[in-house]
Amino acid sequence: MTVTEKEARTLAYGAAFNEGLRQIMEEDPDVFFAGEDVGKAGGVFGSFVGLNETFGDLRAVDTPISEQAIVGLGIGAAVTGLRPVVDVMFMDFMFVAMDQIANQAAKLKYMFGGKATLPLTITTSAGAGLSAAAQHSQSLEAMLCHIPGLKVVMPSNPYDAKGLLVACIRDNNPTVYVKNKRLLGLKGEVPEDLYEVPIGVANIVRPGSSVTVVTYGRMVQESLKAAEELAGEGVDCEVIDLRTVQPLDIDAVTTSARKTGNIVVVHEAVRFGGLGAEIASQVQEQAFDYLDAPVGRVGAPFTPVPFSPTLEAEYVPNADRITEGIRETLGM
Amino acid sequence: MQLSDDVLLDMHHRMVRIRHFEEAAGRLAEESRLPGFLHLYVGEEAVAAGVCAALTDDDQISSTHRGHGHLVAKGGDFERMMAELMGKSTGYCKGKGGSMHICDLDLGMLGANGIVGGGVPIAVGAGFANKYRDDGRVSVVFFGDGASNIGAFHEAANMAAALQLPVVFVCENNEYGEFTPRDRTMAITDVVDRAAGYGMPGVIVDGMDVVAVHEAAAEAVDRARSGQGPSFLEAKTYRFYNHHGIQTLGMKYRSDEELAEWKKRDPIDLFEARLAESGVLTAKDAEAVHERVAGEVEQAIAFAEESPLPEVESLYEDVYSGVAQ
Ligand SMILES: Cc1ncc(C[n+]2csc(CCOP(=O)(O)OP(=O)(O)O)c2C)c(N)n1
Ligand SMILES: [Mg+2]
Repeated sequence: MTVTEKEARTLAYGAAFNEGLRQIMEEDPDVFFAGEDVGKAGGVFGSFVGLNETFGDLRAVDTPISEQAIVGLGIGAAVTGLRPVVDVMFMDFMFVAMDQIANQAAKLKYMFGGKATLPLTITTSAGAGLSAAAQHSQSLEAMLCHIPGLKVVMPSNPYDAKGLLVACIRDNNPTVYVKNKRLLGLKGEVPEDLYEVPIGVANIVRPGSSVTVVTYGRMVQESLKAAEELAGEGVDCEVIDLRTVQPLDIDAVTTSARKTGNIVVVHEAVRFGGLGAEIASQVQEQAFDYLDAPVGRVGAPFTPVPFSPTLEAEYVPNADRITEGIRETLGM
Repeated sequence: MQLSDDVLLDMHHRMVRIRHFEEAAGRLAEESRLPGFLHLYVGEEAVAAGVCAALTDDDQISSTHRGHGHLVAKGGDFERMMAELMGKSTGYCKGKGGSMHICDLDLGMLGANGIVGGGVPIAVGAGFANKYRDDGRVSVVFFGDGASNIGAFHEAANMAAALQLPVVFVCENNEYGEFTPRDRTMAITDVVDRAAGYGMPGVIVDGMDVVAVHEAAAEAVDRARSGQGPSFLEAKTYRFYNHHGIQTLGMKYRSDEELAEWKKRDPIDLFEARLAESGVLTAKDAEAVHERVAGEVEQAIAFAEESPLPEVESLYEDVYSGVAQ
């Protein structure tokens, strides 16, 4: 089989995650994963299906409903030489485990004068739009990015879903890998080989010249739709998929800003204190003279995620809102 | 304890109300007429009904993701419940919370909860307020076997005992947390074993037997009300439907045989047989209760369907309380 044939294979986002995990577990006997319903049941989103059958209960671990201990299990195992993947079913439940994530995992290395190494990956699922309401829909990446010591990735497509997972697991730092629940079924090309998508490197998913849309996760798909819409009006959007939100590939953003002169940051998380604020700030520090307009931000309003579909539709950013945001920035 | 006919009939009514509400909700979800997740209480009715029949209207309960049954048992209004499940503005939470956050603070129902174990400390807080005001109220916390593995439960249980708060811990042990059986996530069989570690008395009851549940609950509530601190009740029960939604048969995490065994001990069937035998409620009268309640559920569905969706502007309301005048 030629490489091209291999690469032409398509896989869903969730299946790409599963394949990446399987392959790295085959490659590295120190990798195991643990979480609620991830063993025998294969995960509530099906992301871990079949792995317990292959790797058994010691490497595909069903845990009690104990987020704090799940993350702690990963920290303890990582600092003593294993390479754990621990799953927090919904990103909202990270709050239950926040001490282990923020005070322990993120800081051990630093507090110990560099002596500890934590090759730990925390996987989780974020995102609204399923009427799952306020405790099962949040996008909390900004909170994690604020904590020195953590790396945070948010894949937007199946190719990155696999490659970023592999990169996270191989990384010697605590990484948080955030799936979006509504991307799990999204299909795309995924190479069969084990490969990495490097952490901290953004991807220009659509080159353009009039405005730069900086985004990540599911909003990449929505931004691409918005870009198509605006292309009809002669607006040529460049869409940057950050892929990693900590560390931030700010060079990719400022390079693009210098080219297009306009930046709109798009995320599903609430606007206030979101990644958009950080990016806007860094862009104006580094490329102020190149900007034709203030950096635009599209994000969720400052409310919890509502249940009712009508309210949620108003809440979650989508292609229309992004189009509107871009128009505003461009003064259209 | 000799229960009066009124109490028995009242518990029967509560159970039937839960059953019909939940069956209808399950049906609507199957027909894609309800958005979001739906965790049904069918099979576990005796627990909520038996416990809530031991409470006054002023007592509080805190609940779980599987919370409809608790609210119904506490006297919840079908129309506002159904409207909430449909995300309508006339719902208990104006459509903002849905199934997992349904509540009625006026009835002392402090909320279903999307976070497993999240309601446990909250009930303890209510218990503290009750003790603080010395108003004789009791708070009850319902939680699952799975929830007993989370830190919040352990911290709250210890605190309730340390502060001798008027709280009753009611564990609904249905042997599963989502799709994982209890024996994969704890090394004990009886969750009640944990009570001793916190210095509170605990008993196991047959969660399919509403009278047994009620008697044990009444004792625990009495203890709490008379200042003797918290107690623990473990009800052995089973959910007849899937973790969420109603599909059950052919699911591989538990066998169809196991389900069939438990269904033979349907808490409503068991109770009705007993009521008929003792002459408290004939089969015909029981049927009439079912019919009446089923009619009320239908009416609630109609109410909910006719109700308006929330105004979009309401999204921005209720994030904060207004400044006190
Ligand atoms: C903190 C937290 N972790 C995980 C979940 C996902 N979850 C929802 S219900 C559930 C199982 C709960 O089991 P149990 O407490 O036994 O209640 P049951 O569903 O059996 O009534 C899980 C794991 C959650 N909602 N919150
Ligand atoms: Mg359970």
